[in-house]
Amino acid sequence: MSDTPEQLYAPREPVFPKRVKGFFRSLKWWIMAVTLGIYYFAPWIRWDRGPNLPDQAILVDMANRRFFFFWIEIWPHEFYFIAGLLIMAGLGLFLFTSAAGRVWCGYACPQTVWTDLFILVERWVEGDRNARLRLHRQKWNGEKLRKRLVKFVLWTLIAVATGGAWVFYFADAPTLLMDLVIGQAHPMAYSTVLVLTATTFFFGGIAREQVCIYACPWPRIQAAMMDEDTITIAYRDWRGEPRGRGKQRDDLGDCIDCNACVNVCPMGIDIRDGQQMECITCGLCIDACDEMMDKVGKDRGLIDYLAWKDEAKERAGHAKVPVMKHLLRPRTILYTSLWALVGVGLTVALFVRPAVDVTIRPVRNPTYVTLSDGAIRNTYDVGVRNRHGEEWPYYFALPLGSDLKIELEGSDKLVVVAEPDTEAKQRVYVVAPPGSEAARKDRTEIRLWIVDGVTGDRAHLDTVFNGRGK
Amino acid sequence: MSKKPVEKKEVETTGHEWDGIQEFNNPLPRWWVWIFYATIIWGLWYTIAYPAWPLVKGATAGYLGYSTRGEVADEIQRFKDMNAELETQLAAADLTTLERGSDLHNYAIQSGSATFATFCSQCHGAGANGIKEESGYPNLLDNDWLWGGAIEEIQTTVQYGIRAADFEDDTRFSEMPAFGDDYLSDEEISQVVNYVMSLSPATKADADASLADAGAVVFEDNCSSCHAEDGTGDRAQGAPNLADAIWLYGSSEEDIAHSVAVGPKGVMPAWKGKLTDAQINAVAAYIHQLGGGE
Repeated sequence: MSDTPEQLYAPREPVFPKRVKGFFRSLKWWIMAVTLGIYYFAPWIRWDRGPNLPDQAILVDMANRRFFFFWIEIWPHEFYFIAGLLIMAGLGLFLFTSAAGRVWCGYACPQTVWTDLFILVERWVEGDRNARLRLHRQKWNGEKLRKRLVKFVLWTLIAVATGGAWVFYFADAPTLLMDLVIGQAHPMAYSTVLVLTATTFFFGGIAREQVCIYACPWPRIQAAMMDEDTITIAYRDWRGEPRGRGKQRDDLGDCIDCNACVNVCPMGIDIRDGQQMECITCGLCIDACDEMMDKVGKDRGLIDYLAWKDEAKERAGHAKVPVMKHLLRPRTILYTSLWALVGVGLTVALFVRPAVDVTIRPVRNPTYVTLSDGAIRNTYDVGVRNRHGEEWPYYFALPLGSDLKIELEGSDKLVVVAEPDTEAKQRVYVVAPPGSEAARKDRTEIRLWIVDGVTGDRAHLDTVFNGRGK
Repeated sequence: MSKKPVEKKEVETTGHEWDGIQEFNNPLPRWWVWIFYATIIWGLWYTIAYPAWPLVKGATAGYLGYSTRGEVADEIQRFKDMNAELETQLAAADLTTLERGSDLHNYAIQSGSATFATFCSQCHGAGANGIKEESGYPNLLDNDWLWGGAIEEIQTTVQYGIRAADFEDDTRFSEMPAFGDDYLSDEEISQVVNYVMSLSPATKADADASLADAGAVVFEDNCSSCHAEDGTGDRAQGAPNLADAIWLYGSSEEDIAHSVAVGPKGVMPAWKGKLTDAQINAVAAYIHQLGGGE
């Protein structure tokens, strides 16, 4: 046996991304501020819904099975709205990936955003790349201990805030915060905070780029969405090579081999090796390289957003073309249309939701009951969903001119007063007089009307009346 | 990611070779081995802690004393404890003033529904409709009651049953004579049958007018003392209303003639003592709100 097998395990090389300034870095700061701002503060927005409903703008009320989003209230049977939003999220991801590669990974993914935040804290405490490298290599002493401790404490605070913010979406935030502090919250709240604190700390502080490389399935799937028009980050090697340092550049390309692009990379790769699986297209290497090119007086864009098609053309000597023209093409148009279609469908579905939401379940054991005068009675379980934050009256009626009679169990009136934010369940009897057509026929299609006692809005229920069939 | 060349080192093989493919003799990772040992220890502990080793009769009980049956019993007890207060209230409740929509009423209906399914549905059907029309088992959904459909009447019927031998003094008791036993001739029976058929909206069309006229006299002489002169019956003695559209034992001429001849004597067990007071009240409340309650 002469060949020695290759070890499949490689220990992680720690990455110490250097600070960088530029357009893409600013863009990432803004996205971080907006997304984290929404995440941490959204549960605290109040929204007045009246006395019997929660006044939290965004609330997933598991116990009462309600989802509140500002003026929208979703009941469990409307879960398809959530499914629709997930489909939109999926299609949106397809769209962005086919148009601009891993923009999700590079800018908006929580893993990226929190890792960015953790690196920011790390830089505040331990200094920039070189200082951190030095700290990493030096032996443990007071300084190292102090810096590590401060960093870990700050990370923990962020992690607790992150795990804490999550639970506020599921209960009244001010009450829950107070309960959490005084130790009165539900154990589930504590364990959720604990688990999310641990995962935030671990994923943002320790695991970082390894999550993207080893754990996340998305990088593996997205190749299917990318083609030669997809914008990715590329190094213009035909312009940069051969790279080299020094003032004498007659035989050298534009790359001064300063390693700025490598030093800033949060994934720890060298983009000059070409497009690679680890690259999350965050654009920081572009910022770093542009800064250097400005300093040495060369054109920007040695590292740039580029489509594969243009790369081939430029290599063959064609001029640079604006990368944005790749955005509009059949594939992206298709994804956009599908995305918009679902979006419009959901919006329409949301706005045409019936003002009076009712369900009916005919009781079929038995199908009919003969009354002592020979009349035939059918029974229906009717549900009336009262979305209002107060008691609400609903009137029951049959169409005008019908010879059938309607009665409500336990009431001599034809009105149900539904409790606030509750589905009122009412057993309804429909009686066909002796000898009437409906009493004799096997089945008769009937319609029940339910009228909102306040607004006058109506809803109808179409169902079947079973007669004797003889 | 590491850009360093990965160190290569020699690995022993098992010596097995198939078509040039050799099998490495890599040691198991240490973490794997330790987990393996830990699971063995865990497994041994488990067989001691939980029921495990089969014996001739049964199995070792395990020192934790756990059993799935015990778990179910605990669960049932937990629910019983939770419902204990409502059960006490229900047992002592005055059903006539039981408020609809109250927690106690809702509890009574839910509990009564379960009790009904367990103890009553065998005869009265899962839908409480007497299994089917004219089966001899009363339909509890309609507005025709032999002994009354007010909630306290239903409660009494459930408690003491009908013709129940174990509560002779309290049970609902009535006796329809077997008129076929030398009381009435076949002809008179035929006449009275056609008369009562002419009273009911369900059978009026099939009644023979001349027989019915003759039957009116027979009815007045023999039947009206219980079933009332107009045939509308008497709930105080459990005599059915013959003038309504509902026939418990069949509405054909033969069926009615048979009823007159033999005198049906349906029996319902008394549930007092078999069911708790709370269960009886629950069943009464449940039946009362099925559509026929008065």
